[in-house]
Amino acid sequence: MRRFVTLLKREIQHYFHQPLAYIVLFCFLCITGFIFQLGVGALNGATSQTTVIEAFFDSILLWFPFIVTFPLLTMRLFSEEYKLGTIEPLMTAPVGDLAVVLSKYFGALAFYLILWAPTLLYFVIFHVVTGQSSAQSFSQYFGSYLLLFLVGTFYLSIGCLASSLTSNQIVAAIVSFALICLMFFLSVVTFVFPSADRFLGDVVYYFSTIEHMADFSQGVFDTRPIVLYLSLTLFTLFLTFHIFQHRRWRS
Amino acid sequence: MIKVQNLTKRYGSVTAVNEIQFEVGKGEIVGFLGPNGAGKSTTMRMLSCYLPPTSGTAEIAGYDIFRDSLRAREHIGYMPENVPLPQDMRVDEYLRFRAALKGVPGRRIKERFADVCELCNLTDVSRKLIGALSKGYRQRVGLADAMIHEPELLILDEPTIGLDPNQIRQVRDLIRNLRRHHTILLSTHILSEVEMTCTRVIIINKGRIEVSDTPENLRSRLTKEGEILFEVSAPDPAAATAKIKALPHIKSLNSHRTQDWTRYLIQADEDLREELHNLAVREKWRVRELTQRVATLEQIFAEITHKEDI
Ligand SMILES: Nc1ncnc2c1ncn2[C@@H]1O[C@H](COP(=O)(O)OP(=O)(O)O)[C@@H](O)[C@H]1O
Ligand SMILES: [Mg+2]
Repeated sequence: MRRFVTLLKREIQHYFHQPLAYIVLFCFLCITGFIFQLGVGALNGATSQTTVIEAFFDSILLWFPFIVTFPLLTMRLFSEEYKLGTIEPLMTAPVGDLAVVLSKYFGALAFYLILWAPTLLYFVIFHVVTGQSSAQSFSQYFGSYLLLFLVGTFYLSIGCLASSLTSNQIVAAIVSFALICLMFFLSVVTFVFPSADRFLGDVVYYFSTIEHMADFSQGVFDTRPIVLYLSLTLFTLFLTFHIFQHRRWRS
Repeated sequence: MIKVQNLTKRYGSVTAVNEIQFEVGKGEIVGFLGPNGAGKSTTMRMLSCYLPPTSGTAEIAGYDIFRDSLRAREHIGYMPENVPLPQDMRVDEYLRFRAALKGVPGRRIKERFADVCELCNLTDVSRKLIGALSKGYRQRVGLADAMIHEPELLILDEPTIGLDPNQIRQVRDLIRNLRRHHTILLSTHILSEVEMTCTRVIIINKGRIEVSDTPENLRSRLTKEGEILFEVSAPDPAAATAKIKALPHIKSLNSHRTQDWTRYLIQADEDLREELHNLAVREKWRVRELTQRVATLEQIFAEITHKEDI
């Protein structure tokens, strides 16, 4: 356990040793802040029932920075160690393979949370400045950020998987971006084929992050997406673990 | 300390290490010697539990490298070839991280860090980024990392490769100082290094162990049937050559004349220096050289590793 904590600290520290982390943090704040402001602007004067938090999380504009962060956060995890060869001193220290995989995953998750934490401030500032609440109920905040967390756990595990496959960071980034887009934009299928049969529609709905986002930001909790994301995450991490082991064993 | 049995490693169809077998006792410094591609690194990677063997077993300090891998690793300090290091950390950060990772108790990390820094001369650069260090320093960081948890066994893969002669000497001295506390297995393709630091040499070629012996024994093995250089000035060179040839145990004789002097290269079964001297005194030849050519490891090495190519 102590070794896992040592590894985890190192992983988080690694993020802050790299300029990329600061660039991502900065750009992410700018973009989300801008989107927040746009959302507020659009609602201003409109008579709709939409709340600020819905306008923010259910916005098409948010998709792009949201998806792009995952490859950026995870592409380095294994690929860089393969490339530099530092995997060798790492794996000849008395640490298990599982501890290494999990420390990388949780390190990325920690950075992901750090990335999103400041956005909570937007709502606080909005409340302080306008005196109005951004949501109708607390469950909207909770739902939005819970989903963000759940989706994050899964997409980060996809990034881990992609990075464990190759020593080339760019390839890892492209693979994880492609996989995540596939998941994320599944629901587009129902727009393109609106007449598709109900079963397919249900399946797509069940897997579609966009649909989940819409529900959760309205404060509607569905246990199915929660189970879905957690089980997919476990499965992907399991795959990552095996690929990581196999890579070394096969070579 | 190390016990290797029928260890084999195949990469696809390439057999990098083929059924090797050896033992290393406590306190030995064993030099693993072989040309590039002989399988040194592969063997060391298996011993340090990085690569699983295709077949065969090895034990480190009584722990099987495959079944008791984590235990075995606690007893090993391993420095990989080319010393891969993370670029983003400072030397002290890295060494402390490695110490914690290898299970050095928190309260001892400071002390261990100070010890290895002093031993490896890293004190000046301990706040520098590893990415900014020169090759020599990186090598020392690798060595410090290998030693930080006070392992009984050090496995060093080409510890002096890519260093300048001064740095090589420093690393060599360092390794020699380590022999008091550690068993060491180091690989190299530089022979003089083995002669200077090791108590035993294992020569490996094409994945097989060819020889395992002390450097002295190896040398004397070839020196017995050694060569003698003999340079004389005789009034009648042809007669002199005939007289030398008539000595017992001579296998072959090459001569080379330059004006007054004749230089003989004599191959014999035994050490003939005394007989040659007596002969020269009897015949009143002038002598300016009489030496036994001591076989260097280079020759032994060349002999062993080229045998199969021909
Ligand atoms: N990862 C690998 N994949 C395939 N072949 C390898 C790999 N590593 C080493 N080899 C092959 O194994 C043989 C032994 O290599 P190595 O152990 O690195 O030799 P040395 O360290 O003595 O120079 C070489 O023929 C090399 O090409
Ligand atoms: Mg090598």
